[in-house]
Amino acid sequence: MSTPIATSVAAPAMVAPARRRHRAWHKFKRNRGAVFGAIVVLIFAILALFAPWIATHDPLQTSFMAIRKAPSAAMWLGSDELGRDIFSRLVYGARASLMAGVVSVLIALAVGVPFGLISGYFGGWTDSIISRATEALLAIPFLILAIALAAFLGPSLTNAMIAIGVSAAPNFVRLTRGQVLSITKEDYVQSARALGASDTRIICRHIFPNVMPPLIVQATITIATAIIAEASLSFLGLGLQPPTPSWGSMLNTAKNFMTQAPWMSIFPGAAIFLAVLGFNMLGDGLRDALDPRQEK
Amino acid sequence: MLKLILRRVLVAIPTLILVSMIVFGLQKILPGDPVLTLAGEERDPAVLDYLRDKYRLDDPLPMQYAAWVGQVLQGDLGRSLRTDVPVTTLIAQKLPVTLQLAVMAMFWALLIGIPAGILAAVKKGTKVEYGANVAALSGMSIPNFWLGILLIMLVSVQWRLLPASGYVPPSQDLWLSFKTMLMPSIVLSTALAAYLMRHTRSSMLEALNADYVRTARAKGVSPRGVVLRHALRNALMPIVTLVTLLFGELLAGAVLTEQVFTIPGFGKLIVDAVFNRDYAVVQGVVLVVAAGFIIMNLVADVLYILINPRLRHA
Repeated sequence: MSTPIATSVAAPAMVAPARRRHRAWHKFKRNRGAVFGAIVVLIFAILALFAPWIATHDPLQTSFMAIRKAPSAAMWLGSDELGRDIFSRLVYGARASLMAGVVSVLIALAVGVPFGLISGYFGGWTDSIISRATEALLAIPFLILAIALAAFLGPSLTNAMIAIGVSAAPNFVRLTRGQVLSITKEDYVQSARALGASDTRIICRHIFPNVMPPLIVQATITIATAIIAEASLSFLGLGLQPPTPSWGSMLNTAKNFMTQAPWMSIFPGAAIFLAVLGFNMLGDGLRDALDPRQEK
Repeated sequence: MLKLILRRVLVAIPTLILVSMIVFGLQKILPGDPVLTLAGEERDPAVLDYLRDKYRLDDPLPMQYAAWVGQVLQGDLGRSLRTDVPVTTLIAQKLPVTLQLAVMAMFWALLIGIPAGILAAVKKGTKVEYGANVAALSGMSIPNFWLGILLIMLVSVQWRLLPASGYVPPSQDLWLSFKTMLMPSIVLSTALAAYLMRHTRSSMLEALNADYVRTARAKGVSPRGVVLRHALRNALMPIVTLVTLLFGELLAGAVLTEQVFTIPGFGKLIVDAVFNRDYAVVQGVVLVVAAGFIIMNLVADVLYILINPRLRHA
């Protein structure tokens, strides 16, 4: 360890975050995989945001003249069983997938982080109850819980996002709780307490900022999981309902035309794969950049 | 040690109770009058009254829960609302199919994931590690239903090598059973192999940096011996726990794999039940999966206590 040992409490707290952020950015930039992931994510974000300008056709426009046509100059990725343009449907499908990924992770964060903070900080009975409840939810496999919730709530994108968010929340409770437990023992938290800071102030000013980096990493990777989960639910018919395009439901129809129109299956699946790969690589890169334990 | 095991068993009980509450709670989030939803197309007042009475829907919630738990404890998970077959019978029929799929997938995952992880750790910084990492990332990111469709198109449709769907019990024709399950189990194993590879790699890297490995090297143990006898043994400890945890993932993944390959297993059961609005079956499957998972975790933890010398004397 070459970092100078801090002698005062205030100074490192003021300087360190900026320097650490700078170092993290530097590390991230040099990681080719991470940059690749970031670019892929960015491209999908642009597709989703500017879908109306990028799509070459109306994604819902059916055409009996163009049923299951192979990729061509007019329809880059071919057309589906109702003559709709697959490229345009993929572009609009990015909206559903990215929204599902981001919104369900936000739900998971909104539910998981407060419970994790309370559980780790206060301990005792509250901690036991929250921990047992987390274990109970974790005992039901992610997708099975999401399927059951989507089944009982009714199939729709909103319900799929709620189901995925709730199923992912326990992981965030665990992560936050573990982080809080280790941070509360740190000297700067002890000294803040000695100075008479309130619990709210300690949690918001001292603990929360230090829990952030691992949460960002976990959130990025969970977006990848959530995109697959949404695609899975849509593939099973429990997500976004037709005719609105979503990658999972496109695959669901495509599997009935495997022999006649393979392009109907290939492209939506490739889109899911690339988007998920992008978020996974971005998450890995962020972990390498933000995890102070890996600094030698 | 006995105290440790006993404490672990006791902790599992509240978790089981909470899971049962969650599963019971599922039916309470059904929108609208549950009796109308349960009855489906049926609107005969006599049937509605029968259902209301059967599920004690006029009782207070804790009473409903108590009655439900009482039945579950007697091994009664209710009957399918569509076919009137007991849910336990349905589960008992489908479970062996999914277990065969899951065990085969776990076998492939172990066969590929662990050696790949060891290799990646030993050959750190080389093309081998890079390749293994790329493969693991791809394995984690590929949606297994898409991989299934691609393989069917290639192996079954183009090459006509393996059957595209269906299920043959091993008792009927062992070889054919293996052939039909080969593709689905490989598809299901991809994500698992990827996780196992990544965990084995990081666990191995840690072990290779440990003092006892340096001591073994200094003593003149061959590089092969160091890796296999000293590092691997310790690195595999956390993997034992991971394998049981991943069994839950396997069951969830099986839902999609079974859908793609039309295998009449557990996953197909729950998906069909969802579409038939057969809520009793959905609840039953979720409860059995969760309870099985909790018990497997318990077994894994107890095993861990037993094989870990540091805990054996605690």
